[in-house]
Amino acid sequence: MISFSVNRQRVNLDVDPSTPLLWVLRENLGLTGTKYGCGMAQCGACTVHLDGEAVRSCVAPMSRAAGKEITTIEGLSPDLTHPLQRAWIAEDVPQCGYCQSGQLMSAAVLLRENPRPSDEDIDEAMTGNICRCGTYPRIRKAIHRAANMMATGGAK
Amino acid sequence: MSTLQMERREFLKFSVAASGGLLIGLYVRGASTSAAAEERSGSAFMPNAFVQIGTDERVTVIVNHSEMGQGVYTALPMLLAEELDADWNKVGYESAPVDPKYNHPVFGMQITGGSSSVWSGFEQYRNAGAAARAMLIAAAAQQWNADPATLRTESGAVLDRTNRKLSYGQLAQAAAKMTPPAKVTLKDPKAFKLIGKPVKRLDTAEKINGKAIFGIDVKQPGMLTAVVARAPIFSAKVKSIDDSHARNMPGVRKIVAVPSGVAVVADSFWQAKVARDAVRIDWNEGEMHAFSTSKMMQQFREQAKSPGKSVRRDGDPDAALAQAAQKIEAVYEVPYLSHLMMEPLNCAVDLRADSCEIWTGTQFQTVDRAAAAKASGLPNEKVQIHTTLLGGGFGRRATPQSDFVVEAVHVAKAAGVPVKVVWTREDDMQGGWYRPAFLHAIVGGVDASGNPVSWRSRLVGQSIMSGTPFESMMKGKGYDPASVEGVDDLPYEIPNLAVESHQAEVGVPVQWWRSVGHSHTGFATECFIDELAALAHKDPYEFRRPLLAKHPRHLAVLDSAAQKAGWSKPLPKGHARGIAVHFAFGSYNAQVAEVSVTGGKVRVHRIVSAVDCGHYVNPGIIAAQLEGGAIFAASAALFQELTFENGRLQQTNFHTFPVMRMNECPEIETHIVESNEKSGGIGEPGVPCTAPAIANAVFAATGKRIRKLPIRMTEAV
Repeated sequence: MISFSVNRQRVNLDVDPSTPLLWVLRENLGLTGTKYGCGMAQCGACTVHLDGEAVRSCVAPMSRAAGKEITTIEGLSPDLTHPLQRAWIAEDVPQCGYCQSGQLMSAAVLLRENPRPSDEDIDEAMTGNICRCGTYPRIRKAIHRAANMMATGGAK
Repeated sequence: MSTLQMERREFLKFSVAASGGLLIGLYVRGASTSAAAEERSGSAFMPNAFVQIGTDERVTVIVNHSEMGQGVYTALPMLLAEELDADWNKVGYESAPVDPKYNHPVFGMQITGGSSSVWSGFEQYRNAGAAARAMLIAAAAQQWNADPATLRTESGAVLDRTNRKLSYGQLAQAAAKMTPPAKVTLKDPKAFKLIGKPVKRLDTAEKINGKAIFGIDVKQPGMLTAVVARAPIFSAKVKSIDDSHARNMPGVRKIVAVPSGVAVVADSFWQAKVARDAVRIDWNEGEMHAFSTSKMMQQFREQAKSPGKSVRRDGDPDAALAQAAQKIEAVYEVPYLSHLMMEPLNCAVDLRADSCEIWTGTQFQTVDRAAAAKASGLPNEKVQIHTTLLGGGFGRRATPQSDFVVEAVHVAKAAGVPVKVVWTREDDMQGGWYRPAFLHAIVGGVDASGNPVSWRSRLVGQSIMSGTPFESMMKGKGYDPASVEGVDDLPYEIPNLAVESHQAEVGVPVQWWRSVGHSHTGFATECFIDELAALAHKDPYEFRRPLLAKHPRHLAVLDSAAQKAGWSKPLPKGHARGIAVHFAFGSYNAQVAEVSVTGGKVRVHRIVSAVDCGHYVNPGIIAAQLEGGAIFAASAALFQELTFENGRLQQTNFHTFPVMRMNECPEIETHIVESNEKSGGIGEPGVPCTAPAIANAVFAATGKRIRKLPIRMTEAV
C-alpha cells in the first residue's frame, strides 16, 4: 500500500512500487491530463509536481511518490484562473494540445521560482518539454505575459 | 452576394433532436470534382448534417474533419456561426461520426488531409448555417405573425423592427417544424463578423486543464490494454513464440498472435508493456535482413545516372546545356523521416458479435471503417468510429492500409475483450510509414548574361501511392505525382526544362508526411536555383525575381518576405540570410532564414514567412500554422534522419531522432499577403521553404553548399 496525495486529496493504493507514477495517475486515478510521450524523460509531456518540483512521471517509480504531494494539470487551478492558463488562452498557445499539460506544469515551477524570467531562463526551464506542433514562440510569449500579470497584480 | 440554389428534394431530413433542439440535416450541392465519388454515392449531391441548436442556446457544430492542432474545431464552426449569426460564446464543436454525409466534398470520402479542410468546407458550412438561420427566422415570423423579410438576426437571436427578440434557444423547437428553405442567401463578405478575424481557438480551455480526450485517454467499461511485439524488420515473420515468462506476469490476461506480431493484453499499459518486453520471439527475417539505407542511397545515385520516366519536358535541355556558358550539377539527398506525433499511435476497439466500435485519432475515417469491417468480418454499417482529438497527425494517421486500426481489430478479435492497443514511442518510430528518402540529381546552366537556359531534375525515390487504393492517381503516368509535385510545376522561366522520375522499389512502408513531395522538392529546387544565382554572380533574391515575372503570386510573397526580413540590411557579424519560395496545396509561401554557423553548428536565429493563401478564415490560425510549419521543417532540416542497418531501424526515441526544442527555436515572424484568389491550404504550405532557406543562408554565411539533410557541416560542399 502506497500513500500519497494528488491534487490535495489523500490516496492509498495497492500498486507495484516499480510502476511509473505516470501510469498510476492515468490508469488507476483516471487523471489522463498527464501524457505519455517517450517513457524516458526526453519529452516532458508527463511533467507533474512532486512536492512542488517538476518531475517526469514516466520515469518516477511509485516508490518515489510515497508520502509526497503530487499536483497534476487537473490541480493547477480549479477554473482556468492560473495566470499561465489565462496567458495560454490570450496567446492561443495550443495546437494539438497533447504536450501542453507538461508545458504548463514546467512553466508553473519556473514562475514560482522566478517571477520575472528572462528568455534565457525560459530556455533553461522549458527545453525539456518538446512540442511537435511548434508552439514554442507562443509559449515564450505566454510565460512573459503571465509574469507580467502576476507583477501587476492582474492574477488571482 | 452569392446564392445557392437548393431544391426541396435535396434536403435529407430535419428532426427534433433528443435535447429538444433543432438538428438540421441537408444536402448541399457538392463541390465535388470526383466523378468516382459521385458514382459511389449514386448522386451528384452529398448529404451533410452540421449543426445542432439546443433549447439551452448551445450551438454545436458537427465537424467532419479531425482536429490535430490545425484548428478545424475553430475555423469550421466560424464559417457556420458567421452565416447563422450565432453568439460565438455559445458555439461548441463535436466530431462527426463516420457517415457518407460527412465526406470531404472534393475527395469523396471522410478524410483530413491535403491542407484542404477549410477551403473545402467554406461553402458547405456557410450554407448549413444560413439554412438554419432561415428556419429560425421562419419560426419567429410564425410566432409574431410577421413577414420574415422584416426580421433580422444578431448574436444568437431573431429581432423584429421594434427590437422584439427571440433567442435561438427559445426558437429551436419551433424552428425544427419549419420547412427548410428552397435556397439560402449567403452574406456579402463585407458583412463578415467572424470570417477573416483572428478569433481565439475554441479548444484551448480543454487543452490546458487536462480534460481533452485523445485516443490514448479512452477508457470504456471492461476495456483492457494491449501492447504488441512487432517485427524488428519489415519483412520478418514470426517463427516461434515463447511467452512462458510473460504469461505469468502480473496483470497479464491474454497473449495472442495477430498478423502484425504478438499482443500482450493486460489490466494496465505498464503491465502489458513489461510483459510484452518479456515475450521471446524468433523471427524469420525475410528478404530485408541485410537492408541498409547507406547502400540504398548508393543505388539511388547509380539510378540517377540514367534517364528516368519523363514527367515534363520543355525545349531541349541537353542541347541547351551543351551550349550554356556555365553549368553546374548537384545531387541533393533527404532521408526517411518519422511523423513523430507527440501522441504515439493507439486504437481502442470494442468488438461484439454484431458491432464494432472504435475510438481513435484518425485522419481517415472512411478507409479505416472499410478496413476494420474487413478485419472484423462485419459489414461496413456495423462499424462505427469515434474520432477523438489527435495528438498530432502530420499524415501518419491517414494510412491507406489503416495499419493501427486493423491491428487493434485483430487484437480485440483474438483476445475476445474490448481492448485499447497502445504503441510505445519506440513502437511508433519503428512502425514504418515514413516520409520516403529521396535523391534529386539536378544539372543546369546559365548563358553569358547569367540567365538560366537549362535545368534537368532527376528524382529517385519510393512511391507513396503505389500499391495503395490511390494507385489510380498514377494511371497512365508511369510515375507517382506525389513524388514530383513541386518540381513538375517549377515556376521559374527556364526555356529548356526536364523533370524525370525513377521509382525505387524498396520494402520500407512510406507515406505522406506534412507537405508530402514538396517536403523534398522544395528543398532541392530552391537550393539549386540558389546555386544557379551564385553561378551567375547574382543576389539570390534579385536572381529569382525576373524568372517569376509570369507568377505574380510567387513574386508577391517573395517580395514580402524579403522586405519584412530587411533582405539587404546589414546583419551582426557571422549572421547571413537565405531565401526560398514555393507553391503547395493552393498557397504560396516564401521564407527568409537568418543563421550563423559556429564550430560546425548551425543556429537559426530568425525566420520570416510570408503566405498568400487566397481568401482566409482565421489569420490567427494561419500565423500558428506558419510558425509550426517552419519549426516542424527546421527540426527535419537540422536534426532528423532515420537509418537502417541489417534491416533494423537505428533510431528509437527522441534522443536519436531529435525535435527542435525551446532553446533552439528561432524567432518567427509571419505575414499574410492579402489576395482575393481562391482559398488555399495552410497546414502544409509553410513547411517546404524552411530547409532551403536555412541551407541557402548557410551558404551565404560559409560559402559551403548543403546538399544533404539533415544539415551536417562536415558534409557541406
